[in-house]
Amino acid sequence: MIEIGLGHYLSLGAIIFFLGVMGIFLNRKNVIVILMSIELILLSVNINLISFSIFSGDIVGQIFTMLILTVAAAEAAIGLAIIVVYYRNRGSIRVEDIHGMKG
Amino acid sequence: MLTHTLFFYFFSIIAIFSSLMVITSRNTVNSVFFLILDFISVGCLFIMVGAEFLGMIILIVYVGAVAVLFLFVVMMLNVAEQKQSWFIGKKSTHIPTGLIVSVLIFLELLVVVGGWKQKDNLMNSSTLEISNISNTHQLGLVMYTDYILYFQIAGVILLLSMIGAILLTFRKRSGVKKQNYFKQISRDPESSVQLLKVESNKGVKIDD
Repeated sequence: MIEIGLGHYLSLGAIIFFLGVMGIFLNRKNVIVILMSIELILLSVNINLISFSIFSGDIVGQIFTMLILTVAAAEAAIGLAIIVVYYRNRGSIRVEDIHGMKG
Repeated sequence: MLTHTLFFYFFSIIAIFSSLMVITSRNTVNSVFFLILDFISVGCLFIMVGAEFLGMIILIVYVGAVAVLFLFVVMMLNVAEQKQSWFIGKKSTHIPTGLIVSVLIFLELLVVVGGWKQKDNLMNSSTLEISNISNTHQLGLVMYTDYILYFQIAGVILLLSMIGAILLTFRKRSGVKKQNYFKQISRDPESSVQLLKVESNKGVKIDD
């Protein structure tokens, strides 16, 4: 309990991952909060990679963390651009209104 | 060691609380603020555990770019008033499903962690590598040599996302007066200067 080991960091990552998945299911009204939940999930993956990297003394995990950061930034930029375009065309980004491909 | 423990619990409790607030907040702007708080506390954890470069990168890239991008989009789209009424209104069927799925994922991750704790001899888990060079130096030594291709692919991904975002949000607006340099430069005297013979007492009509 007193000595912080790998398990503590992995538990923190698990809890944040859980909260991110919960956020995707809970916020069915708001696309932006869903994107933020995806960011939370990627953050928990980063926590896992960095704690393994530190506690096993291998630097490669941190390099993969940088790649995940890059992909997360790109994904946020593209996703928000899609949301802006959708809002400009339809005037709403409520998730229930996005059913153009339902058939 | 005690300081490390205290700081770990401090930052991780803040991180968990703020990620809880991200997904339950009624107002989207508050969600973004709690997302920023979450990023900052996790960045502090990274700095504390020894990955200083990535902690700083999280502070700069996530807080400085991604979260502010979210904030700008929330402000531009006027969705701050859109209440997330997931517990009032008509009964929805996805919340029990979501709860089941996420609790299962959480339990699986806990099982993984628990199994890891039983295997003490698999990895000596308390050896922080002590070396003379800093974390940034270590990262640079590996990233620019063995992982140079991954690094360049990351750059290409960023370029692609930039081009994609600009192409998606670009629109031609009509009715905006702009300078056309080619038209301006390619003017010649024949088309732009007119010589008129002015009769006396009559004047010249300009701009007709």
